[in-house]
Amino acid sequence: MSDPVPLLNVQIDGIWHQFPKGTRVIEACAQAGKFVPRYCYHPKLSSPGNCRMCLIEMGMPKMGPDKKPELGADGKPVISWIPRPQISCAQDIAEGMGIRTDSPLTRECRHGVMEFLLINHPLDCPICDQAGECRLQEFSVQYGTAGSRFLEEKVKKPKRIALGPRVTLDDERCILCSRCIRFMKEVAKDDVLGFVSRGGHTYLTAYPGRPLDSNYSLNTVDICPVGALTSTDFRFKMRVWFLKETKSICTSCATGCNTVIGARERVIYRQTPRENDDVNSCWMCDYGRLNFHYVNSEDRLTAPQIRLNGTLETSDWGPAIVRTAEELGRFRPDEVAVIASGRMTNEELWLARRLIETLGTPHHDVVPRWGEGDDLLLNADRNPNTLGAQLLGVANERPGENLARIVARVRAGEIKAVLALQEDLLEAGFTAGDLNRLTFLLALNILPNPTVEAATVVLPGAAFAEKRGSMINAKGRLQRLNRAIAAPGNAQNDWEVLRELLQQLSGTAGPYVIEDVFKQIAGTIPEMRGLSLSKIGDRGYQLEDVEDVPAAPAPEPAHL
Amino acid sequence: MGTVIRTPHPREKRIIFKNIDRPGYTPGIDSYFADGGYEELRKAFTMKPQDIVAEVKASGLRGRGGAGFPCGAKWGFIRPGETKPVYLICNADESEPGTFKDRYIIHQDPHQLLEGMIISCYAVNARLAYIYIRGEFPLGAKILERALAEARAHGFLGKNVLGTGFDLEIYIFRGAGAYICGEETGLIESLEGKRPYPRIKPPYFPAALGLYMAPTIVNNVETLCNVKHIIRMGGAEYARIGRPNNTGTRVLCVSGDVQKPGYYELEVGAITLGELIHDVCSGLKPGRKLKAVIPGGSSAKVLRAGERYKLKTKQPDGSMAEREIGIEEVPMDFDSLAAAGSMAGSGGVIVMDDSRDMVWALNNINEFYAHESCGQCTPCREGSLWMKKLTARMLDGGAVPADPDTLKSVADNIAGRTICAFGEACAWPTQSFVAKFRDEFAGYAARNVPAGGHGNGNAESQP
Repeated sequence: MSDPVPLLNVQIDGIWHQFPKGTRVIEACAQAGKFVPRYCYHPKLSSPGNCRMCLIEMGMPKMGPDKKPELGADGKPVISWIPRPQISCAQDIAEGMGIRTDSPLTRECRHGVMEFLLINHPLDCPICDQAGECRLQEFSVQYGTAGSRFLEEKVKKPKRIALGPRVTLDDERCILCSRCIRFMKEVAKDDVLGFVSRGGHTYLTAYPGRPLDSNYSLNTVDICPVGALTSTDFRFKMRVWFLKETKSICTSCATGCNTVIGARERVIYRQTPRENDDVNSCWMCDYGRLNFHYVNSEDRLTAPQIRLNGTLETSDWGPAIVRTAEELGRFRPDEVAVIASGRMTNEELWLARRLIETLGTPHHDVVPRWGEGDDLLLNADRNPNTLGAQLLGVANERPGENLARIVARVRAGEIKAVLALQEDLLEAGFTAGDLNRLTFLLALNILPNPTVEAATVVLPGAAFAEKRGSMINAKGRLQRLNRAIAAPGNAQNDWEVLRELLQQLSGTAGPYVIEDVFKQIAGTIPEMRGLSLSKIGDRGYQLEDVEDVPAAPAPEPAHL
Repeated sequence: MGTVIRTPHPREKRIIFKNIDRPGYTPGIDSYFADGGYEELRKAFTMKPQDIVAEVKASGLRGRGGAGFPCGAKWGFIRPGETKPVYLICNADESEPGTFKDRYIIHQDPHQLLEGMIISCYAVNARLAYIYIRGEFPLGAKILERALAEARAHGFLGKNVLGTGFDLEIYIFRGAGAYICGEETGLIESLEGKRPYPRIKPPYFPAALGLYMAPTIVNNVETLCNVKHIIRMGGAEYARIGRPNNTGTRVLCVSGDVQKPGYYELEVGAITLGELIHDVCSGLKPGRKLKAVIPGGSSAKVLRAGERYKLKTKQPDGSMAEREIGIEEVPMDFDSLAAAGSMAGSGGVIVMDDSRDMVWALNNINEFYAHESCGQCTPCREGSLWMKKLTARMLDGGAVPADPDTLKSVADNIAGRTICAFGEACAWPTQSFVAKFRDEFAGYAARNVPAGGHGNGNAESQP
């Protein structure tokens, strides 16, 4: 046990509080309910103290002749106030410190800084993407004035600059807080941004010949307190106040960065990182962030399809499920294989496991998806739920190990039916010829692909933003997806599709709500015992001892 | 430099400038030797470093760069037994408008500076030192390089200096061409190869977290030269020059509307502003009256002729007496100029007679500060440019009645709220000019200005 951090007494606006030693003054004020406005300060970056918005009055205990603090009538130290205002973002609290966040001097300081920041600002809020989530707007309302006494010409600076493939810069809107520069240097370790020119003509730019093309570049847009840096992808697409925000997680790799999905009606407009110090701090990578446009695709599968006389025909759900169950009933257990996905939720994987058990087939696996990882957030495992697939027994400790054997058995004519759950079999080692060799092929997916085109039955599922469920990231953290938008057309949540199939195959009623699916998992998988979807919380739940994932014990048939 | 050879004024007390403009004196080391050069270095090596620090403390030497901070106290911030390397930097980025003293030392007597530096390095145990010389002083940098080579050849630098076991290297670093590079933490950033953005203090006080986050002493050229003379005469003896708390001599750089502008080394506080103008500088131009004086470099608050100041002086019996004085009676020392509401600053005295338009003069200063603001922090970046644009507009015939109030409030919103002292440097001129010459500023709104104006971009054609 390390020594507990000592608590220090600090007076904020006349009231004494206690904070752990090492607390920043600006954070102490916030904790005391006295938010101090700031632009350049960011808790995850160094503090340059350049915006001067967080100026406060500060004092230290007045020392008596005995070199001990003089005590006032209340028995507390008398504070000797420093005449100059001090920034609150770069100093830690000290014993007996006094802080005034709302004195006439601090108000005057904020008022002055607000005026300075706006005199050369283009005031183009009506066409600015930041409007609605702009610190300049917010603090202007709180600490600024409506009128201007600036009679001079504004400084002209570069506009519509493509800093890189994904970030657009408007230097006239920039307040030179340097957050983006510090992020790129300190977090992304790609010191590509900087200021050039001097004084009021200073502007932000990228190093000559070096674009801002880091896979983390869009985080600069998030932390830009104004509309200087905008996402080229999101720019001019939607006013932010129309966006419905849904807490979710990124499903583009095994890190599972916490996110907020911004959607309106049935369209996702953006994904932004949500702070979680156990997973992704305040950041996410550009690759994951922008990996949602397929959800909005025109090509989405919107209705089940059944192959009739060689052609896929649109169908209702009932006939599609019945046809699938009938077809599967014609094979011996070892003539069927289930190719599931590390992109499936735990709930879906659990039901896939039940399907495997019900069919009695030993042939099942997930499709591994490896890419290049980095030291920051991007995991080499591009499947978001490999651990879930292992824990729930759909994959073994070496995901993908069975695929080659399954393909060989397909080619040998031993496996005649394949259930392709959220995967294109061409990515699992199958060839187009292998697909044609199958007697029956089920494709559960959201977009057309060669497997869908070759399928006997196509069942349209839901994308990550269209469903609830849980996943386990590479570090064993159980996290939740939430539904931001509805699945298009007649598409269904995948867990419900799998439940329908199981019901049809077993003749027994399945779980009615997704909470019940999770309850079944929690009742069976020791690592998840006692948990429920609601207990996971917005920031996830760290599972114990999941490094060595044991195969899931065989479920009791009575559960279904 | 030094094209006009002039003999010192009889009222001068030449210590630092003893060799400046001396006929036959060259920057070479032989000239310096002929005059007893490097004897004080040999003497210093017979002393313990802490004794040198004590002598400098006893001398009362205050920094000659502008802030007037006690030199010994600054050195005292280096903790005894410091385990990190200690660096000493000579701030030769002389760029305060109206100030032109350090360049003469560098150009004409570089070994005086080197000797002062080597002694200072020994005192604070710095083994590596830099001379950060203003980028616009290429000749000075060449002269210093030559002087360094000579000093090295004579064993005053390098390994085992004069057989004492003390190692020292001094490097010349040419500045990046910006006024802010003279701000000590901006200078350190620049020396580290970065933009000269001044650091926030706390926590980055140079004596604790300076160059490469190691303890660092930054001293002005003239300050370091004084160290040599403190060793020669002893701290107590040195302290007898000048006045208590205002010891030694200062090189005052007088410019503007006087008959004989130039540099004059004077005992601190020994003469008044009036004596400086009328006696030392041979008075104002014929038929002119004194209007204003900026006494300590362009950032010092302007003094207006006719103002009365309350000056407290210590009487021989130890009691304090207050007397009221006019501008010409202000003694030229740190404390008296501070009492008059301005500062001794960098020693640049700018004299203005009644032909001067104060809006034009302020605009001239504002142009400089708007150009030199580093742009790091909001109030200075935005405010300095605003003030400049405002005074330029006044000159161009667009003055409005609210201008004096706006100017004052913009300056008020800068001073005391910035990362470094540039905030005050750019706000004080505006604050003082507008406060002291308010009628002149207010009168502009009613002026009928000829077409084309006479302001920004046409700075020579003042009315």
